[in-house]
Amino acid sequence: MGEWDELYRENILDHYKNPRCRGTLDHPDITYEDANPLCGDQLRIDIEVKDGKIEKIRHSGHGCSISQAAASMLCERMEGHPLEEVKALTKEDVLELLGIELGPVRLKCALLILKTLKAGAYGITQWPGEEEETA
Amino acid sequence: MSTPPAGTTVAPATSRGRFDPREVRGRFPLLIAKREPPLVYLDSAATSQKPESVLAAMDDYYRRYNANIHRGIYAIAEEATAAYEDARARLARFIGARSREVIFTRNSTEAINLVAYAWGRWALKQGDVVVLTVMEHHSNLVPWHILAAERGIELRFIPVTDSGELELEALPGLLADGRVRLVGVVHISNVLGTVNPVEEIARQAHAAGALTLVDASQSVPHMPVDVKALGCDFLALTGHKMLGPTGIGALWARRELLEAMPPFLGGGEMIREVKLEGSKWNELPWKFEAGTMAIAEAVGLRAAVAFNEELGMEAIFEHDRALAAYALERMIEVPDLRILGPPAEKRGGVVAFELGDIHPHDVATVLDHRGIAVRAGHHCAMPLHDRLGVPASARASFHCYSVPEDVDALVEGLHHARKVFG
Repeated sequence: MGEWDELYRENILDHYKNPRCRGTLDHPDITYEDANPLCGDQLRIDIEVKDGKIEKIRHSGHGCSISQAAASMLCERMEGHPLEEVKALTKEDVLELLGIELGPVRLKCALLILKTLKAGAYGITQWPGEEEETA
Repeated sequence: MSTPPAGTTVAPATSRGRFDPREVRGRFPLLIAKREPPLVYLDSAATSQKPESVLAAMDDYYRRYNANIHRGIYAIAEEATAAYEDARARLARFIGARSREVIFTRNSTEAINLVAYAWGRWALKQGDVVVLTVMEHHSNLVPWHILAAERGIELRFIPVTDSGELELEALPGLLADGRVRLVGVVHISNVLGTVNPVEEIARQAHAAGALTLVDASQSVPHMPVDVKALGCDFLALTGHKMLGPTGIGALWARRELLEAMPPFLGGGEMIREVKLEGSKWNELPWKFEAGTMAIAEAVGLRAAVAFNEELGMEAIFEHDRALAAYALERMIEVPDLRILGPPAEKRGGVVAFELGDIHPHDVATVLDHRGIAVRAGHHCAMPLHDRLGVPASARASFHCYSVPEDVDALVEGLHHARKVFG
């Protein structure tokens, strides 16, 4: 029998209830907003870049626990790292941070942060993982 | 008549119905299949489950008399044609219509598109107005958006109150300048369950020289619907929400309109005569049925109509409403729970809600882990959610096989969701 804690692990709930890197920046070098029209999730990221590094990153908006926790986890992980690393992030990285398997609908919740981050940093608008799904 | 009975009393929900939902449930293979945790299906507004008789009818068609219709001279083709046309006749009778006025489509979305593309392109010119409502499903918005861009028609909207009812007082104003050619309205809101006063809207529309289109996707499956009593001109319905298969729906329209309108799709069967330079259209209803239609699905829909008639639409409506009333009563127990939509006496078997700050997707996922299937999201009604000031909602909806225990499981699940996210 599937129990809620298989999905809503402590880790996810912790990031959902106590999000890291939450908020906005007054003078971001990069700011980008995206939404998941399926569920009404909205996400904005603000990034301050210094010497090619993500000096500060903040996320704001609203959404389900999966999208919010994923945003919190990914921002926490990327702060202080080279902006270039954003390009290399994959669907698997996000899922590894979350530590769970997700169905197709909830997967979009999880990947909203990745989509927003990549689009903001590089104008990459292709849905992460789309390559293999449509292949 | 389709006016809902006033003041339904509450729980123990279904005991007053003329059928026993527990017995009915036993006729739905999916609902009685062993599953752990057991399935609590509360998403009938998205699609209903299918009784054994519908599955058997479709299987029988494919195994015993699969043939294309209206063409073959041989026995099984004649049998298939007779079954397909009998499905039309029974569906027509089911909604108080004549067979000739019932056009099979894929679903109600296609039926509405048929009206927009065939009637709309033919009848509407720049400056004409189509009035819709803020609570329409996207299927009764987007075809008109497309037409508005193409033809320069204007769209107006009947507003919705905070409690999720149409602001009918606004209608005379919307109709006042005499430019309105069509009023399109959903009979029962797929989100709120609100039963709209379609008869009154049709009356006002006609007085202003406009036609009326009713999106009956949620009403035909759950309540008695008689097109003559409604007084509308077009009515769209879908099979898969009324215990039938997917891929079959219908448009009903008044004969004069169907005679006057040009066809929607061109192809085989919808023509009487084709020459290289042009064609003459077939007579009704085949003028609007191009290409090989969903024959097995029509046969399945015939069985679904028979099933609904056996239970009785009054009884189904009463059952659904009693369950919705029971759900409203029980869900009050859950702290932070906000019900969207009107009071029980004004709604069908649909209950949309928000649970505090918990995102509907999270609510649905926690419920799913307990075997409870609800819908979460905007339910293809984004403008309505904008109006109500919520990005998304969760929704429980019922049909003849739903039982009070389903509601009890839902309430327990909602308490649990609060614990998880509290």
